[in-house]
Amino acid sequence: MRLEYFQLVTRFTGLEADKRRIRSVCEVPLKSTVFEGHFPGYPLMPGVMLIECMAQTCGWLVSGVTGFVGLPVLAGVKDAKIRAAVFPGDTLEFEAWIVHEGSGYTIGEAKGTSKGQPICNAQLTYRIVPYPSPEFRGKLREWAAQVQFPLEEFAH
Amino acid sequence: MSTFDKVADIISETCDIPRDTITQDSHAINDLEIDSLDFLDIAFAIDKAFGIKLPLEQWTQEVNDGKATTDQYFVLKNLSARIDELVAAKGA
Repeated sequence: MRLEYFQLVTRFTGLEADKRRIRSVCEVPLKSTVFEGHFPGYPLMPGVMLIECMAQTCGWLVSGVTGFVGLPVLAGVKDAKIRAAVFPGDTLEFEAWIVHEGSGYTIGEAKGTSKGQPICNAQLTYRIVPYPSPEFRGKLREWAAQVQFPLEEFAH
Repeated sequence: MSTFDKVADIISETCDIPRDTITQDSHAINDLEIDSLDFLDIAFAIDKAFGIKLPLEQWTQEVNDGKATTDQYFVLKNLSARIDELVAAKGA
């Protein structure tokens, strides 16, 4: 996890056979400038970043399911719940799944756990927008390798 | 319940618009002032309720290309007719 770069997924760890449910691990770093401000003397993972962990986990899945035809841009977060505090050094596990694949948009849900205990969940809406350039799509596929996203499972 | 009534109920609940202000001739965008993000929620609810997939991308492309007007898809009596066509096509 690189908090300052908003790259929150450390690696993907599993994909269901129907390819509509995926799991990831997000390892919270021990040190980050984020923790210097949130909060001084009491480093606590911001709740919005837990939402972002869910959004990135599900967003990669949406990319795969829709065949990397465009960028899934987060458009809505519903029923988000932050259920427990997360601290530097925690290892978080996320699970995301597709609820509905519409025309130009996709709805997913995600949840996060730490040591088996629920920490967050939400419903997420994505718009699928065109990639800004062919190069961007290429970079995304390079990034997929870095986070061990099972790109080959989504070959179209 | 007619398709229009179902759609009107969905719009009313999703966008918090009084049900009695929604008519067959209401234009979702121009009259009811539903923006594209709220319309995604409506599309999701319609897709679920009718077991279809509203072809929003195709409609948007047709409007952008000047091959259709927004009235054809977003005036509610027309939207309801499109939904009926999609439901019929699914069952065919």
